[in-house]
Amino acid sequence: MQPTQLLKYLVVALPMLTAACSTTTGEDDTATSTNARETATTGAVAGNDGDTVEVMTLEKKRQMQVEEEERKQATLRQTNMLFFDFDDSQIQGKYFEILEAHAAYLRANPTAKVVVEGHCDERGTPEYNIALGERRAKSVAKYLQNLGVMSSQISTVSYGEEKSLDKSRTEAAFAKNRRAVLVY
Amino acid sequence: MKKVLTLVFGLLFVTPSFAAIEILITEGLDGAKPIAVVPFSYDGIQTLPVSLADVISADLARSGKFNPKAVMEMPQQPITDKDVDFAAWAEKGIDTIILGQIRDTRPGVFSVTYQIIDIIRGQITGGGAQMLSDGQLVTSNDHIMLASRPIQFEPADFRRVAHAISDNVFEKLTGIKGAFQTKIAYVLVTEQPQRPYQLVVADYDGYNEQEVIRSNEPLMSPTWSPDATKLAYVTFENRQAQIFIHDLYSGSREMIASYPGINGAPKWSPDGSKLAMVLSKDGNPEIYVMDLLTRKLTRVTNNRAIDTEPSWYPDGQSLVVTSEIGGRPQLYQIDLRTGKKKRLTFTGEMNLGGSITPDGKSLITVNRTRGNYHIARQDLRTGAIQVLTKTYLDESPSVSPNGNMIIYSTLHGQNQVLALVSVDGRFKARLPSGIGQVKSPAWSPYM
Repeated sequence: MQPTQLLKYLVVALPMLTAACSTTTGEDDTATSTNARETATTGAVAGNDGDTVEVMTLEKKRQMQVEEEERKQATLRQTNMLFFDFDDSQIQGKYFEILEAHAAYLRANPTAKVVVEGHCDERGTPEYNIALGERRAKSVAKYLQNLGVMSSQISTVSYGEEKSLDKSRTEAAFAKNRRAVLVY
Repeated sequence: MKKVLTLVFGLLFVTPSFAAIEILITEGLDGAKPIAVVPFSYDGIQTLPVSLADVISADLARSGKFNPKAVMEMPQQPITDKDVDFAAWAEKGIDTIILGQIRDTRPGVFSVTYQIIDIIRGQITGGGAQMLSDGQLVTSNDHIMLASRPIQFEPADFRRVAHAISDNVFEKLTGIKGAFQTKIAYVLVTEQPQRPYQLVVADYDGYNEQEVIRSNEPLMSPTWSPDATKLAYVTFENRQAQIFIHDLYSGSREMIASYPGINGAPKWSPDGSKLAMVLSKDGNPEIYVMDLLTRKLTRVTNNRAIDTEPSWYPDGQSLVVTSEIGGRPQLYQIDLRTGKKKRLTFTGEMNLGGSITPDGKSLITVNRTRGNYHIARQDLRTGAIQVLTKTYLDESPSVSPNGNMIIYSTLHGQNQVLALVSVDGRFKARLPSGIGQVKSPAWSPYM
C-alpha cells in the first residue's frame, strides 16, 4: 500500500469512527470526546488500518485484566484454610497471596466481616489446644490487619481440637487439623 | 405414681444408644487381694433386676485392690456364715468372702443384709470362738468382720445399694473411703448431624447415663461443684467460648463468663466459693479467679506466654497451672496469697493438665516424652515421676475423690474412650463406649 493511499483511507476512516462513537455514547460527551481523541492519537501514531481494532483491544485488555485479577482473587479467596506446623502459629509463605486476596476484598468492602477460626490437632490437652488455636487465629488476624484490613472487620474464635476435619489420627490427619479458617 | 414418674424419667434420660459402657480390665488383677462375693441368696417372688453380687464384684475389681473370684472358682455358695466351709475357701487361697441375703418384703420393696467373713480367723476358731464377757463364756463370732443391718430399697435402686455395700466393704478392708457411689461427667461427640455434642453424667462405672445438655457446637471442660450439685463447663453455642454454671437438679443454666476471646478451663475451688478460669480478654490466655458471689475477677498470671489449666491445691491456697513461660508448657504452682510462682515439672518435653491428689502428696500430669502423651504421677516431695499409662494420646486425667483411681481420655482404635488407672499404676481398665468419642471426664466429689 502506498503512503498516499493510506492517508486517503485515514481521512475517510477517522470522521466515520468519531461519528459512530457519538451516536452510541452520545449521552456522555466528555467520554466520547476523550474516546475520539484517544482514537485520533492512536490512529495517528499507529498509522494503519488496524487502529479501530486496537482501541477496542486496549480497553478490553484493561477490563479483562481487572476481571482476570478479580477472578484470580476470587479463586484465591475460595481457599479459606491455612495449615500450620505442629505447636506453631507462624503463617507459611505459600499463604501470603491468599491472605492478600482476602485482605483486598475486605479493604474494598469495609462492611464485610470475617471470623478467623483457629484449630489444632488432637495432640496435647484440649485446654492447651484452645490457647494454641487462638494464637493461630490471632496470627492470621494480625496479618490481615497489617495488609490494611480494619480490626473491626475481624474477629477470632479458637475451637482447639474440638472440630477436627479428619479424625483418623494419622500424621496426615493431624496436619489437616492444624488450621485457621476464614469464615465470612 | 412415683413408680410411673420413675419410669417416665427413665425413658427420658436413659438413651439406649450409649447405654453399653462396660469396663474391660486390661491389666493388674494379679497383684490384687483375692476375694469372693458369693451370689446373694434370695427369698421372694419378684424378679431381681440386677445381681447385687455382680455389681459389688465389679466395683471391687475396678478399685485395683481386689481380685474377685468368678462363681466357677468358688468351692461352695454358703447362704449364712454358719454354712461356710472355712478350710475349702482357705485351700483356694481366698481369705475374705462376702455373703448376702435378699428378701422381698412387700411389692416393690426389697431388703438386703450382708456380712464380711474373715476366712483365716474362721479357720482358727472354727467359726465358734468363745470369749469371756462379764464372767461368762459367749460366742464372739469374731470371724464376722462386719454384719450389716437390713437395708430396704426399691427396684430402681439396686445398683445404688450395690455401690453402697461396695463402699462399706472397701473401707472396712482397706481403711480407704470407697468412691463407688460417685459419678463422672464427660463429653460425648456422636456422628449424628443434629446436636452431636453432649454433656453426660453417669455413675462412675458408666451406668445410668443422663444427658445434661446437647448442642450443635462443642462442649468442653466440665467441672463439679464441691457439693456435686452443679457443673461448670464451656459451651460454644453462641459461636464463642462461654462458661456456664448448670444446676443438675433444676436444670437451670447461668452464663458467668463471656469475654472476648477464650473463656475456658473452669475449676471450682475446694470451698465452692470461687471458680478459677482462663480468659484471654487482655491479650493472651491468663489465669483468673472469679468470686462466685460478687463475680469479681482477680488476675493471677500476667505474662506474654500461654497460661492455662488451673487446678486447685486441696487447701485452696495455691493453683497448679500449665505455663509456657519457660518455652515449652510445664506445670507451676502459684501461691494465691503471695503470687509466687514455682516450677513443678522438669521431666519430659511437656507437662500439661496438672492436678494434685486429695492427700496433697502427688501431682498428676499429662506428660509428653519422645512425642508420646501419657498420664504420670510425680511425688511432690521427692520429685520422682512415674508414668502410669501406656495408651495413646492420653489426656484429661481426673482423680477419684478418695485418691485411689484416675479416669482419663485415651485413644482406642479410632475412638476416644475413657480409661481408668490406679494411682500406683498397677491396675488399668477401659470403659468402651458403643458410639462416638468420649472425652473430658470429670470425677465427682463424694455425693
